[in-house]
Amino acid sequence: MALLDVKEMTQYFGGLCAVSEFSVSLEPGQMVALIGPNGAGKTTVFNLISGFYKPTRGDILFKGESIKGLKPHQVTGRGIARTFQNIRLWFEMTVLDNIRIAQHHALGYGLWDCFLRTPRYMQSERAIEDHAMDVLTRLGLREVAHEYPKNLPYGVQRMVEIARALSIRPALLMLDEPAAGLNSSDVEGLIKLIGDIHKDFGLTVWMIEHQMDVVMTLCSWIKVIDFGATIAEGGPAAIQNSPEVIKAYLGDDTI
Amino acid sequence: MKRLTVPALLAAIFAVLLWATMTGVLNAYWQSVIMFMGVNVILATSLNIINGNMGEFSCGHAGFMAVGAYVSSLLSVALFAKSAVFGDPLLSPDLAVWLFPLVLLAGSLAASVVGLLVAIPSFKTRGDYLAIITIAASYIVKSTIENIGVIGGARGFMGMTGVMNAMNDTAKLPWILIWVFLGTVFSVCVIRRFIYSTFGKGVDAICQDEIAAEIMSVNTDRVKLVAFMVSCGLAGLAGGLFAHILGYVNPGTFTILKSTEIMVMVYLGGMGSLSGSVLAAILMTLLIEYLRDAFGFINTFLHYISVIPDSYEVTQVWKWVLIPLLLVLLMQFRPEGIMGRRELADVFPGLRKFYKFKG
Repeated sequence: MALLDVKEMTQYFGGLCAVSEFSVSLEPGQMVALIGPNGAGKTTVFNLISGFYKPTRGDILFKGESIKGLKPHQVTGRGIARTFQNIRLWFEMTVLDNIRIAQHHALGYGLWDCFLRTPRYMQSERAIEDHAMDVLTRLGLREVAHEYPKNLPYGVQRMVEIARALSIRPALLMLDEPAAGLNSSDVEGLIKLIGDIHKDFGLTVWMIEHQMDVVMTLCSWIKVIDFGATIAEGGPAAIQNSPEVIKAYLGDDTI
Repeated sequence: MKRLTVPALLAAIFAVLLWATMTGVLNAYWQSVIMFMGVNVILATSLNIINGNMGEFSCGHAGFMAVGAYVSSLLSVALFAKSAVFGDPLLSPDLAVWLFPLVLLAGSLAASVVGLLVAIPSFKTRGDYLAIITIAASYIVKSTIENIGVIGGARGFMGMTGVMNAMNDTAKLPWILIWVFLGTVFSVCVIRRFIYSTFGKGVDAICQDEIAAEIMSVNTDRVKLVAFMVSCGLAGLAGGLFAHILGYVNPGTFTILKSTEIMVMVYLGGMGSLSGSVLAAILMTLLIEYLRDAFGFINTFLHYISVIPDSYEVTQVWKWVLIPLLLVLLMQFRPEGIMGRRELADVFPGLRKFYKFKG
């Protein structure tokens, strides 16, 4: 059974068709990419799946159940985590707190436990903290656990954001332009990191990315969209040679 | 050992207060100043959850205070005292001492339910628009009370002195001081436990990036609902205590000026700083009391040097010029307040050696 099954998802913003009959089926353990020129609707696809918008038409199945119309936090609770194109950490609290707050889906206690500091509360808080430190350690971020993200270099902030998404223990990790704004040595590190977490955490990775070396090195399957419509899909080699893709990126050579 | 420092300190303060009150070292005036300090600490720390941690702008805190004040006053008078409105007490006045916390609790619960008036719109509305809603909510409360004639309407409601007297008959202790002290410690403790938990940190996450919070599995609607209800409920508790200190309540007390006073405390202390709010509430209470004398002095002085006409007196009303002015100056010159977003232990790390909290 496919992990994520998007069926003819369509989204209109007023009269504008942002995403048109988008379908995709992700198998567990796959690493795939969604590419396309600027404004093609890639981030809208991610926003639709993570529950920011409810698609005008079509359906989204995750682990066989429809997640269409769920709120973002409910979607995340089901096991879909994502990062953002522009980093969206909580910059005024420590890295550790950033990870801790991402555990809201697994709190296991309520307000009264909070007030009374019940054993259930203490146990849950300890488990959350251990888990957070564990994730940070696995990504080599243990030393920055008590730093504020605003004081960290850009590349590290990216890593922290990925760590935060991973701490949710997702089955599907969606990365929105993870390499944006990174220099070439950082990009190499990122490629290795994504490859490692894909293997170690055994998850499905779906990324939007403009840097072709990232996409071509990591992804076994690529989907290309333009103006909301799918124009090509296939393996890296097929995409590189697809006339449709070349046309979308470089324009038509007939005048 | 370190864990016991704060409870021990509080117990010591409590004991000294009790001793000083009962032996008369602390006169009635200073007792009331200390009690208003307590009430203001509750008000400032509870508003700090919304205006500080959540980064919203609630300017109707006095409205929720009014709900708590009226509900708990009506209940306590109906249950434990003979009054013109309710007639004979429904329960034996001997029970007042034991059931008074429940009466206060009922006031807080009522205030937190009225808090829904703000909490539910906050799901979709933010910033200025929510601020307008909070003002509206506080006016709804005030106008409603003013128009219920049975409980005194705009003239106010009294009779709580009878309840305090009933407690005094049971045991000769400064009861209201005890309740204010316990209420204050309870409130600060509850707030601290809330905002330091992973659950409560969701409030800060909403403040810093609401979209990220929602995507990272924080149920933002629920967190907002809880934060508003806790905040409004504690304002209700403060209102209940306030009403029983004075012995009467008047809807005219709970205007936007009262809300402004609370806001000044929050901003003076530093948004999002719990210890800052406590400190600022204490400082502001002292300042307001000091102004009482100061205005008298200024009045005499200005008359002496004949700057103002003899027919004009500088009165307490000028307090309402000075407090908002303080807010203007604060925002201009130190917008982050005394503590900024930090706590006492962040400003003086040496303090950490002496105390520690459980979790």
